[in-house]
Amino acid sequence: MEIKCHRVSGGCAGGPALVTRERISFLGNVNPETGMVVDPSHELYGRSIAGAVLIFPGGKGSTVGSYVIYQLRKRGLAPAAMINLRSEPIVAVGAIISDIPLVDRVPEWILDVKDGTWVVVDAGRELVVLPDGSVHV
Amino acid sequence: MHLTRDEERLLQGERGDTLRRAMEILVALGDIYGAERLVEIKSAQIAGVSYKTIGDAGLEWISDLDGRVAVPSILNPAGMDLLRWREMSIDEDFARKQLEIIDAYRKLGIMIECTCTPYLLYESIASRGDHIAWSESSAVSYANSVIGAMTNREGGPSALAAALVGKTPLYGYHLEENRVPTHVISVETDVREYGALGFLVGRIVGDGVPLFVMRSRPDRDDLKALGAAMAASGSVALYYVKDVTQEPPQYEPSACEHIVVDEEEIMSVYDSHADVDIVALGCPHCSLHELERIADLLEGRRVSKELWICTSRRIAESAPETVRRIESTGARVICDTCMVVSPASERFSHMMVNSGKALAYIPGMCGIKASFGSLEECIDAATGGS
Repeated sequence: MEIKCHRVSGGCAGGPALVTRERISFLGNVNPETGMVVDPSHELYGRSIAGAVLIFPGGKGSTVGSYVIYQLRKRGLAPAAMINLRSEPIVAVGAIISDIPLVDRVPEWILDVKDGTWVVVDAGRELVVLPDGSVHV
Repeated sequence: MHLTRDEERLLQGERGDTLRRAMEILVALGDIYGAERLVEIKSAQIAGVSYKTIGDAGLEWISDLDGRVAVPSILNPAGMDLLRWREMSIDEDFARKQLEIIDAYRKLGIMIECTCTPYLLYESIASRGDHIAWSESSAVSYANSVIGAMTNREGGPSALAAALVGKTPLYGYHLEENRVPTHVISVETDVREYGALGFLVGRIVGDGVPLFVMRSRPDRDDLKALGAAMAASGSVALYYVKDVTQEPPQYEPSACEHIVVDEEEIMSVYDSHADVDIVALGCPHCSLHELERIADLLEGRRVSKELWICTSRRIAESAPETVRRIESTGARVICDTCMVVSPASERFSHMMVNSGKALAYIPGMCGIKASFGSLEECIDAATGGS
């Protein structure tokens, strides 16, 4: 299944989906040295975002979060790609400076994609590719 | 967003990777905020300078860029006095990294002046009606409100992208219709410290645009303190003071929230400061006039506690006699940095400040207690009232 989206940061990459309904502040929620979500109050606490297609509503928090994304990328711990409902500047800029494909303006049911589903984000063609049956109903 | 043919070429990478990335940042922000196009800017001011705030990741990103800024560009405060960092007990590793960051910015053609008050150094850097891309929150507030230039609150990477391209997306405070007041603040007392008023009002209005009606008449240093505090305790980027700053564009007073502020509320910002172990002034960086006032207040006294006065290097160097008078009391005039972004603040336990901005940031960013007092009270506390 292909769904239309809006390109924020270019590129094409695939990976297992990691999905949350909560916004993410890369500064504070994620450890840049391990790629683990370290905020105990976050839905993804204890999970690694490395190599995943991270699906979340959008970012929040300090603009330094952009640099945290860059640091993850330099250490090989960044998400392979990211999908937002609506991107905001911190995650958008972080994805661009780190060359991580990022798209937004997808239907809200994207947050019902099952964790671990292989998802491809083709930001250049503004498409997200999902296998059939990948969504919780 | 509509792009010109030249802008399209930059985005396609025809003039290199750095400009491609810079354009991607500007276009992404323009799309997010619904900008129709990019607008040329007169100057840029770039935050994300202190190694304490951007770390190795920021240093790596800036170092990887290859190019020259297209407009006059200036930096925000660094994490230390670039010359006298040893006196601040900054460790060697931090200093080495900080100097690498400065060097990376220098290679991009950015003026190596690390200050939150660029408008005090170069009058030509922003004039009324100019579009600019500034990212230090207090400088943004001053530029919009006091100078009448137009800027959004840029993040470090977006200000740098704007500097490299010489343009910024046309949205937010670049558009007249977004510059109308949202709150009318009636101040029913004579204000002595505008930082206290700003600290209070910023928490009330958040990201609104306050219009102050007050009987006291703030000067430019007062407006600097007022705007800085509101940008820190809230996220105010633009404010008006009736009969003092420019007039707001036509607006509907009945659509504004009306708030009355009295003496008691302003005084609630002030705090006891019996156990302070450091007093720090100059947030935002002191003007020449403020340095002279501090020198006069310190005349004939000796400091009994650490007293830092933060300013830009250019201002300190323009007034060697004033600096000498201040330092002869045991106080230090510290350049290029401030108490908020320097790790040197972290070795104290309780800082006294006359800045609403420092009051908002010190506890979280330095992990120490902060108390507010007037300039005179701060000097008294540092000199043991002598």
